Amino acid sequence: MSVLTRSMRVVEAELVVYRRTWRGTVISSFVNPILYLTAMGLFLGSFVDSTADLGIPYLTFVATGLMAATAMQAGAGEGSFPVFAGIKWRKEFHATITTPLSPADIVYGRFLWAIIRLTFILVVFALISVLFGAIEIGPALLAVPAGVLTGVAFTTTVTAFTVTRENETSLSTLFRFAITPLFLFSGTFFPVSQLPDSLQKIAYLTPLFHGVELVRKIALPGVGEPAVTSLPIWVSVAYLSVMTAIGLVLAARFLDRRLRP
Amino acid sequence: MRESIVRAHGLTKKFGDFVAVDAVDFDIVKGEAFGFLGPNGAGKTSTMKMITTVSPITAGDLTVFGLDPSTQGRSIRQRIGVVPQEDNLDLELTVAENLYVYGRYHDMTRANIRRRIEELLEFAQLTDRAKSTVDSLSGGMKRRLTIARALINDPELVILDEPTTGLDPQARHVLWDRLYRLKQQGATLIITTHYMDEAEQLCDRLVVMDKGVIAAEGSPRALIAEYAPREVVELRFEDGQQDDAVIKLDGLAHRSEILADRVLLYTDDAEATQHEMGVRGIHPGQVLVRRSTLEDVFLRLTGRRLID
Repeated sequence: MSVLTRSMRVVEAELVVYRRTWRGTVISSFVNPILYLTAMGLFLGSFVDSTADLGIPYLTFVATGLMAATAMQAGAGEGSFPVFAGIKWRKEFHATITTPLSPADIVYGRFLWAIIRLTFILVVFALISVLFGAIEIGPALLAVPAGVLTGVAFTTTVTAFTVTRENETSLSTLFRFAITPLFLFSGTFFPVSQLPDSLQKIAYLTPLFHGVELVRKIALPGVGEPAVTSLPIWVSVAYLSVMTAIGLVLAARFLDRRLRP
Repeated sequence: MRESIVRAHGLTKKFGDFVAVDAVDFDIVKGEAFGFLGPNGAGKTSTMKMITTVSPITAGDLTVFGLDPSTQGRSIRQRIGVVPQEDNLDLELTVAENLYVYGRYHDMTRANIRRRIEELLEFAQLTDRAKSTVDSLSGGMKRRLTIARALINDPELVILDEPTTGLDPQARHVLWDRLYRLKQQGATLIITTHYMDEAEQLCDRLVVMDKGVIAAEGSPRALIAEYAPREVVELRFEDGQQDDAVIKLDGLAHRSEILADRVLLYTDDAEATQHEMGVRGIHPGQVLVRRSTLEDVFLRLTGRRLID
């Protein structure tokens, strides 16, 4: 079996599990975007006279930001609790590695699985945004791969973090002190140009900022400052790609160390 | 001579400064049921993990099917079945789905897996539970499913780490029967256990492990013959009377073991020993005469009981 075949076997196993558990996740994939877009896009948006400041309606601005932020949350989710369960709770990873599969195969397989999950979640998000009148359908769907890239950058790096943890409280800490601040301060709800200079520079270094930039530039062709920055689009693509790759390599190495002491 | 399946020489596993397995030697041949008997912490599981290639060896030599676990792990794992100490089944999946996923991990075709699942469910006496989720199974059923899962790839070597720990006596006997059948079908079995009756029932040969080293090796019968006289007289005394009686035991048997709750007398002739007790005025509350077991061998070798 090649490494791709072996990884696909992990995907297949995830699909078998998903056949039993999809109901809960599908509902949240539909309900969350509707709740966010209603609260933030419509109700909050009606207070914001954004067209003057941003050049686009606030609903449009926030829908594109939330698309990236949703990808981050789902991506980080795939890399955290299910991975921890495989190691410590249900321990199925320990059984998997007594077959021809190795810890690295588990990491690669779960990476492919995250791509599938994120694609589904983001297509749903894009379509709901279209129904809200926030984005045009063509660019909205074109932005899905940008969202997937944002999501997997978090999946691989969070997986690398998770497999080195002994205690699940580290995972809630990660969400509380990394994911949530990123969610709030990465240009999702307001342009980072609103931030004080020093914070703005920090924002440029964070992953979700690049995810939001990327999604917005693709979903809203021709959009300009201040809704997005003047940073070239390839910078964001490169940032997220490198982050994904580093996460993947580290996760495979750390999981091997964890499962084969 | 029969083909060697697993061969270890000076096999050592360290975790930092802690030596879990300390330069052990053993040779397991095709078709036998080989046991590792020892208390918790003896190094049994660490040894199993090295054989199943999921834990790198620290020092010494180890071959499985003549292959090197550090470089040919995947080829080894293709040909073995592993029953871990703790069930790690996927609880959300059905019985059949658990088997299916592992068949795919072993690169089997779907049609092949379906055929094999049918056989294995019958073997594990779970045919009528094929569509139940694992969550709803009893402990014994889960254990049988874990064993069935280990057999999905028709392995030449099956490694069972404490297969019956935590099961009730009836479930243990069902499991023993299945393992016995497996052996009759020609599989080589490696079994770790801290139950001496399990080792006696299932193992052709075994090693007694304690604190990372092998204390003795042989067939259950040979070990008992070598390390323990034929019969054991177990004495239980009324509260506080054991100490008074112990003084009078000298020379009564080949050897005696004074435990917290009872005294064991090792003898070739239990009747004569009991008669002599009467003569000396030793009157325990309870007397039990039994055959020697591997537990007695272990006690002799280490001065401790297998399960505390």
